[in-house]
Amino acid sequence: MGKTISEKIITSRLGREVTAGDIVIVPVDLCMVQDGTGPLAIKQLRKLKRGGALSGPGGAVDCGIFAPEKTIIFLDHAVPSPRKELSNVQRELRDFARETKANLSEIGEGISHQRLVESFVNPGNIVIGADSHTCTSGALAAFATGMGSTDVAVVMATGKTWLKVPLTFLINVEGDFPQGVCAKDLILYIIGMLRADGATYRALEFAGKAVEKMSISGRLTLCNMAVESGAKAGLVASDSLTRAYLKERGREKRYKEIKADKDAKYERVFEIDASKLEPMIACPETPDNVKPISQIKAKNVRIDQVFIGTCTNGRIEDLRLVAEILKGRKCAPGVRLIIAPASRQVYLQAVKEGIFEILIGAGATILNPGCGPCVGLQGGILADNEKCLSTANRNFKGRMGNPNSQIYLSSPATAAWTAVKGKLSDPRETT
Amino acid sequence: MIIKGKVHKFGDNISTDLIAPGRYFHLRNNLPELAKHTLEDANPGFIKKVKSGDFIVAGKNFGMGSSREHAPAIIKLCGVKAILAKSFARIFFRNAINIGLPVLECETEKIARGDELEIDLAKGIIKNRKKGLELIFRPLPKVMVNILRDGGLVEHIRKHGGFQL
Repeated sequence: MGKTISEKIITSRLGREVTAGDIVIVPVDLCMVQDGTGPLAIKQLRKLKRGGALSGPGGAVDCGIFAPEKTIIFLDHAVPSPRKELSNVQRELRDFARETKANLSEIGEGISHQRLVESFVNPGNIVIGADSHTCTSGALAAFATGMGSTDVAVVMATGKTWLKVPLTFLINVEGDFPQGVCAKDLILYIIGMLRADGATYRALEFAGKAVEKMSISGRLTLCNMAVESGAKAGLVASDSLTRAYLKERGREKRYKEIKADKDAKYERVFEIDASKLEPMIACPETPDNVKPISQIKAKNVRIDQVFIGTCTNGRIEDLRLVAEILKGRKCAPGVRLIIAPASRQVYLQAVKEGIFEILIGAGATILNPGCGPCVGLQGGILADNEKCLSTANRNFKGRMGNPNSQIYLSSPATAAWTAVKGKLSDPRETT
Repeated sequence: MIIKGKVHKFGDNISTDLIAPGRYFHLRNNLPELAKHTLEDANPGFIKKVKSGDFIVAGKNFGMGSSREHAPAIIKLCGVKAILAKSFARIFFRNAINIGLPVLECETEKIARGDELEIDLAKGIIKNRKKGLELIFRPLPKVMVNILRDGGLVEHIRKHGGFQL
C-alpha cells in the first residue's frame, strides 16, 4: 500500500513498515528548546537522571545528553533580555549548552524555526522541538513536531520519543496565485476552512502545482501554521527547490527525495484553486476566524500598529515584498510600523539589498531578530483597545501582551499596504 | 482510584495564552508565582475560587496554541485534579499526561459550573450523583495510561529506562 510523507519518513527512520495509527518509538535526528521552554526541560532532565534507570554508575547524576550535536538551545524569545529573571534563564541555558556541548544559537541569531531550516534540518529528519511551531521544518520534507519540555527532556536524555503515526489530510493546490495573493493567504484560507481543531492529530500534506512552484519561503509559511488547525505536522515533498535551498546553505549532499506514493492513503483530500483566492485576514481572537479582505474593507477597521516579522513571515522574500510596496511611500499618520527580520542571515541580506533604507524611510521601527512582540514579551505591546495587524500566526486574546487589545493576521503585502493606508486594506490596490 | 471534586466550567478553544499569559513570561521559572495568574484572561476570579481537588470542565480544543508545559503545570499547582473536555489540543494533552494530570475526553455539555463529580479513573466513568448523570470518557492509549500510572513521564522513564508502549 502507498505511503504518505509522514509514513515514509517514520518507516525509513525505524527500518520497518509503519502505517497511520501505529504507536511507535522513533529515533530523533534533531531536538531543540528555546528560552521559554528550555529551563523546565533542563529541570526535568536533571530529575530524570537522578537515581533512576538512566543514572550513571552507582546512581551518580550524569547530566550529559544523548547526542549534543543533535541538540540545539535557541535564545530567541527575549532578544536581548528585558528583565533580570530572563537574563538568569538565558545564563542557565548558556551554561547548560557549554557543559553538555549542545549547539547554542545566541540572541540575535534568529528565531528557532528559521534557524533550524537555515542550518540544521534535512529532508527525512525527525525533528522534535519544545515549541509548537516546530512543524515549520516540514517544508523541507522533515517530520517535525512540537512537544513540551518534559518530552524534549526525554529526547535529550535518550535520543528517542514515542508518537502515533498520523493520518494525513492532503491539501492539493492547483492554479496560479493572483497578484497580491500569496502563501500566507492560502494557509489562512485553509485554517479558516479546517477550523482551529479540524486537523488535530493529523498531518497536513501540501501538494499540487501551486505548491510545486512555491518558494521554500512560502512553503515554510504553510507548514508553520499547520498547528493552527491542530495538526501535528505540515509537510511538503522535497524537490529541485529543496535541493537548491540546501545547496545555497552548503548541505546539498544531505538532499533526499521524499514524496508521497501516488496511491498513498489520505483520510481526507481538499482541492483548492489558488487563482480564486484573495487576500485573507484572520480576525480576533482565533487564527481560524478568517475572512476575505473584500468582506472587511468596507468596515474601515483602523489599525494602530502593524507588525511584520516572526517565524511565519519574517524571511527575506517577505521583506522584499514589503519594501516593494513601501518604496516611495510613508506609513499613515498614527500607524506604528514594527519590522523584525526572522534571523541574522535575513537581516544581513536585507541590509545588503538596501531594503532597510526603504523600510526606515517609510517610518518603520526595526527590531532584533526574535519572537518578542508575537508572544507579548517585549517590543510593541499594545495599549488598551488598540488594534494590531500582524504577519504572525496567532491572534489569541492577550497574545501580544494585552488582553484588552485586538490582533488581526495577514500576509506581509496586506500588512505593508495597511500601514500605508492606516486601515485594513487590499494589497491588490497598490498598482 | 476515585477522585471527587467541584466543577469550574470553561468554553471552547481555551488557549495556552489564556491559561498562562505571555506577559508573565518572566515568571515561567517561578511556577508558584505564575500559578497566581492561571486562566486569568479566561476567568479573572478563577484563582480565588479554585480549591484543591476541583475539576476544570471545558468545551472543545482545550489548551490550543503553544507548547508551554507551564500551562498544565500551573493548573495542577492550583490543585486541579483533572481536566474534562470535549477535546484537547494535541501538545497540551501530551504535556498534561507527562506531568501526571489526568485529561479526560468526554461529552461535557451536561456538566455545569459548581457540579460535584466523582471520577473513577480506572473504569473511565464520571458520575454526578445529584443529577443522576453518568458519563464515559474515551480511553487513553496504553503508553499514556502507563505514564499516568507512574505519576508522569519523568517517573515513568526513571522507572523503566524508556517508554513502555
